[in-house]
Amino acid sequence: MPTFYEQRQLVTPGDLLAEGNYIAGENTFKENEKVYATCIGMVEYGERKVTVVALKAFYIPKVGDTVIGKVTDVTIGGWIVDINAPYPALLRASDVMERSYRPQKDELSSIYDVGDLLIANIVSYDRTRDPLLTVREPGLGKITHGQIVEIIPTKIPRVIGRKGSMISMIKNETGCHIFLGQNGIVLVRGKNSEDERLALMAIRKIENESHTSGLTDRVTEMLKKEKEGETKNA
Amino acid sequence: MSMIIRVKQKQIAQLMSKGKRLDGRELKEHREIKVEMGVIEKAEGSARVFLGKTEVLVGVKIEVGEPFPDTPNEGVLTVNVELVPLASPTFEPGPPDENAIELARVVDRGIRESKAIDLEKLCLEPGKKVLVVFIDVYVLNHDGNLIDASAIAALAALLNTKMFKYEVEQGEVKVKPGYTPLPMQNYPIAMTFAKINDKLIVDPWLEEEQVMDARLTITIDKDEKICAIQKGGTGYFTKEQILEIANIAKEKAPEIRKLVVKD
Amino acid sequence: MPKKEERMIDKDGVRIDGRKFDELRPIKIEIGVLSNADGSAYIEQGKNKILAAVYGPHEVHPKHLALPDRSLLRCRYHMAPFSVDERKSPAPSRREVELSKVIREALEPSIFLEYYPRTSIDLFIEVLQAHGGTRCAGITVASLALADAGIPMRDLTVACAAGKVEGQLVLDLTDEEDKKGEADVPLAYMPNLGAITLFQMDGQLTLEEFEKVISLSLDGSKQLYQLQKESLKAKYVAVKEDVEE
Repeated sequence: MPTFYEQRQLVTPGDLLAEGNYIAGENTFKENEKVYATCIGMVEYGERKVTVVALKAFYIPKVGDTVIGKVTDVTIGGWIVDINAPYPALLRASDVMERSYRPQKDELSSIYDVGDLLIANIVSYDRTRDPLLTVREPGLGKITHGQIVEIIPTKIPRVIGRKGSMISMIKNETGCHIFLGQNGIVLVRGKNSEDERLALMAIRKIENESHTSGLTDRVTEMLKKEKEGETKNA
Repeated sequence: MSMIIRVKQKQIAQLMSKGKRLDGRELKEHREIKVEMGVIEKAEGSARVFLGKTEVLVGVKIEVGEPFPDTPNEGVLTVNVELVPLASPTFEPGPPDENAIELARVVDRGIRESKAIDLEKLCLEPGKKVLVVFIDVYVLNHDGNLIDASAIAALAALLNTKMFKYEVEQGEVKVKPGYTPLPMQNYPIAMTFAKINDKLIVDPWLEEEQVMDARLTITIDKDEKICAIQKGGTGYFTKEQILEIANIAKEKAPEIRKLVVKD
Repeated sequence: MPKKEERMIDKDGVRIDGRKFDELRPIKIEIGVLSNADGSAYIEQGKNKILAAVYGPHEVHPKHLALPDRSLLRCRYHMAPFSVDERKSPAPSRREVELSKVIREALEPSIFLEYYPRTSIDLFIEVLQAHGGTRCAGITVASLALADAGIPMRDLTVACAAGKVEGQLVLDLTDEEDKKGEADVPLAYMPNLGAITLFQMDGQLTLEEFEKVISLSLDGSKQLYQLQKESLKAKYVAVKEDVEE
């Protein structure tokens, strides 16, 4: 059964990946025994399956994902949350309020208001409805301090680094906790906004220079320099 | 937007695979065409065409105007289409939408590229005064294939057109007594084909239009030349299908032309 | 009849801009040129300068236009007022309305719209400088913008016009060739399926000439298709390298 590219070679939409009895995996489609790529990405040939790992992707909600979102509207029944996806997400009032309540718009906005950041899990999502969120589990809920930055999902591995080396280095240098939402939103939480600023600087540097080597060392150096500069000025 | 019933969609597709259509026609058969000319006396020329139940009325008005800067010796042709709300539950009042504009431009293209009207004969004073031919297409009932019906009606209306005799005397345009026919030198005929489940049909009616993958209109002039083409719809054609369509259009155009052009 | 006008094609078959009958104009493509759009691309084809941007898939506004089973593709083809010799009014002309429609219909077959119900994908094509064949170059660059946005497609869509000038069948007509020539046939193509998704003509051609013009245009399209793929790969080879780190 012929395949036409090397493992992890770069392919573009419409490229013929394989012919024969293969299963069309993610970012591919099959027609007349031929499997084609639908996106720009790297082709992966499995035993029976052909997949393309997309290099440019937008977030499609998945049940069980933990995401970071921003409240964009307060309605009678709950909140509308922007989770950086083609669909707005819903957080029902009943998910947050323990007791039964009489829905009054003011009451809800005192819990979460427009502009608030939340960490939530996706509880349901299908073709006919927008994704539904929950904040019931521990660790979920309103983000009271910290800063967020949006990065292209493909850069996330670089932020983590080989075996987590990059992300632990940033944690050590800045004392910040970094949380990577599955929807491409990164939350940086530190002891103060200065530390957070350093961590954000590091992440932005990683995003811009992600294609170069020796990045971990350079980011470490930059952070050390910045901190030195600060203590000097203090 | 009116939704086509899925069962009907299947029905049309099944019949199509046997070479038949829901209204009993063959794949390459037109609906009945009726052409009436001179139906609006106040227009310089007019015609009403029935293509099956699709009904289109065209009025031609002629006025004195200015030529376009890059064609100072030619008259001006302009085509407008109104998808009048009474013609279909899907037509809404308002300025022409993309469908009306596309239809107008396709009809225009057929007439213009075939040089059906001898525009040079409409020049009164080069660079200053020419005759402007307004073709207004009024769709009165939409039962499919507005393009062909409008094109036939436009051609018939032009052939029916009698204009005043204009003369330029001392820089002023004067109207002399009597009438003269619009100078016509070509007779373009548009034929629209639809593709349903890879089968090609001629003259799709409304329900076929709602399930078709795509349509292709080919306009043929009196010398068997192709002078305008427009593909529409969100599907596609292969090169072979396009050539097949072009050949059928070339064959059948004369029969339709006979209904409009009486020699 | 032309009095003392220049010939468009000389006795050796060389066109005014030095090209042979089956040669494309020089082409430059850039991918991902705008930071706000979800996907974008830029093309220069001869003197044509065209920018395409994609937003989406995202929520449909106004909501009542949303389709229950697929994404709504919307397309706006627009020419900048300074893109042509005589300033063009910024208001959409009838030609721009028609082209927006046929371009949308040319690209729709390639996109897996059914993957994103109740959303819209908004495509903007801005012609910054026009010199003939803008709807084709617009489709070629729009398809790249869609790929840059990560929107899944069956194939790239490529477009190229062919026609007849001074009796000779030629590929990729410039503005003057279109105005003075005998026929212009824009065509858009998805090579894997052999699908022609945009097809128009003005002018006059015999059936024989017509068949040859289609072949000429398909050959030109296939060349352009390779350029599309190369430009996408060139842009993303850098991204690929860092993902592998």
